[in-house]
Amino acid sequence: MQFWVIQTLNSLALGGLLFLLAAGFSLIFGLMRIANLTHGAYYMLGAYIGVSILKVIPNLWVAALLGGLTVAVFGGLVERFILRKLAGNELGQVLVTLGFAYIIADFCLVVWGGDPIPVPTPEGLDSPIEIAGFMFPAYRLAVVAIALATGVALYLLMERTRLGAMIRAGVDDMQMARAVGIPVSRLFTIVFCLGSALAGAGGILGGPIMSAYPGLDFDMLPLALIVVILGGVGSLIGAFVGSFIIGFVYTFGIALFPQFAYVILFLPMIVVIAFRPRGLFGRQVA
Amino acid sequence: MVTEGLTRLATPPVNAALAVSGINALYGDSHVLHEVSFTLNSGRVLALLGRNGAGKTTCMSSIIGFLPPRDGEIRLFGETITRLSPEAISRKGIGFVPQGRRVFASLTVRENLDVARQSRAGVAVPWTLDRVCDLFPRLRERLHQHAGSLSGGEQQMLAIARALMGNPRVLLMDEPSEGLAPLIVTEVGRTIARLKEAGQSIVLVEQNLKLALDLADDVVMLNTGRVVFSGGVDEVRNNEALLTQHLGVF
Ligand SMILES: Nc1ncnc2c1ncn2[C@@H]1O[C@H](COP(=O)(O)OP(=O)(O)O)[C@@H](O)[C@H]1O
Ligand SMILES: [Mg+2]
Repeated sequence: MQFWVIQTLNSLALGGLLFLLAAGFSLIFGLMRIANLTHGAYYMLGAYIGVSILKVIPNLWVAALLGGLTVAVFGGLVERFILRKLAGNELGQVLVTLGFAYIIADFCLVVWGGDPIPVPTPEGLDSPIEIAGFMFPAYRLAVVAIALATGVALYLLMERTRLGAMIRAGVDDMQMARAVGIPVSRLFTIVFCLGSALAGAGGILGGPIMSAYPGLDFDMLPLALIVVILGGVGSLIGAFVGSFIIGFVYTFGIALFPQFAYVILFLPMIVVIAFRPRGLFGRQVA
Repeated sequence: MVTEGLTRLATPPVNAALAVSGINALYGDSHVLHEVSFTLNSGRVLALLGRNGAGKTTCMSSIIGFLPPRDGEIRLFGETITRLSPEAISRKGIGFVPQGRRVFASLTVRENLDVARQSRAGVAVPWTLDRVCDLFPRLRERLHQHAGSLSGGEQQMLAIARALMGNPRVLLMDEPSEGLAPLIVTEVGRTIARLKEAGQSIVLVEQNLKLALDLADDVVMLNTGRVVFSGGVDEVRNNEALLTQHLGVF
């Protein structure tokens, strides 16, 4: 029984981290039609930067905030000075975003070395708490809570503010959005910074569970892709639901049928693409 | 050819709200607009007419910046807008009601209007959510409905209202009566007439000849991407030869 409880909680925690990663990925794809293949690298970069910040300021929340901000600045610069020039050039976008992913990977290897770096769990959350006779790792619960809070905040931003409505207008019909004077290019930068920040913060928040290690980037990127395809491109609710579905499928898949983990993961995605190409929530209410 | 060259060099009149001078527009290698020139004077309605495929929508696309002309110039109250982005052109004061309405389907009516809101210096009575709803009371009843769930007529009203929210100095309307029930066509026509009364400068593309001629002060006719007529509405109204030749109206 404890196995199921723990795996459920692991699933939820992974789902929460995936949401932090996939929400930005999905928004960027939905608005800008860019599959930002650097997104996994932003997650890893956030984890490593967080590790370094933790040496100076031993507080995971501060590290997540500063790590997220640093990655946001980097993402914003890449968008402004490079991706912007590649509008409509899909192959160019793939090459540039993939190229940056490898450059960041090499950079991390040089700066932080090849060994996994564990990230200490924040004090107070490092011991399991007991609920109804089961032991729950407290930090995983905190990650789920953060993901939920982020989801609510993003939902309010997207659904209850003029900025959010402008972004959705851009997703609906980019050309018309421009024609009614919506500053689409500024929105691109805002969304790209926001997505990068969430990925970077997610990386360090995931640290106590996953550590920071070379290859973290390309462990996470396919998961984010699957989430977005499953949930529907540009859909926040889709990213949310998809993240937790994939969190469960991946966690239980690996625990129960380790030899079939990828089959379990990719088969549902292939089914979705074949039979519901817009995903579960694609192109309805964002 | 000589006259075309001259048109391009000639400075448009001072009271020109929108002056299109000698623009050529291409989709890839396909040359669609040839040396198109016309001038919309302030406070007037200019009907841009022509058969299907004549290049009317392409003209709109060039003005709003979707398809910047290869050469030629477009001026808004004397200021060139030729190579600006659509958002910059919108901010300079061009309002656009596209063919097919293109409302933001997943946004509510209110959000559609809200995202298009722009303030403009020097506008005595700016458009507000309240005022566009006075113009189209049906929109007020549907403020919280998704635009995609509106009827065709309501979507057209929303598309017009959305353009007005930008307080445009010049309003471009591409076939606002297309695909609407006769009663709604009348209503849209009345609205355009009210906008005209209020001094709005309008370029109106229409297939509905009666509607267009009722509203227009000036007429420009396109045929296969060239201006074949340009003059006052009275020169057109009873000129059956002209109408037959370029519009296929008998
Ligand atoms: N996106 C496009 N790509 C290539 N050709 C186009 C495109 N849009 C329109 N055309 C062509 O340009 C010409 C003018 O079209 P259009 O401006 O839509 O005419 P109208 O609005 O007067 O019916 C037509 O021959 C049409 O086939
Ligand atoms: Mg047309």
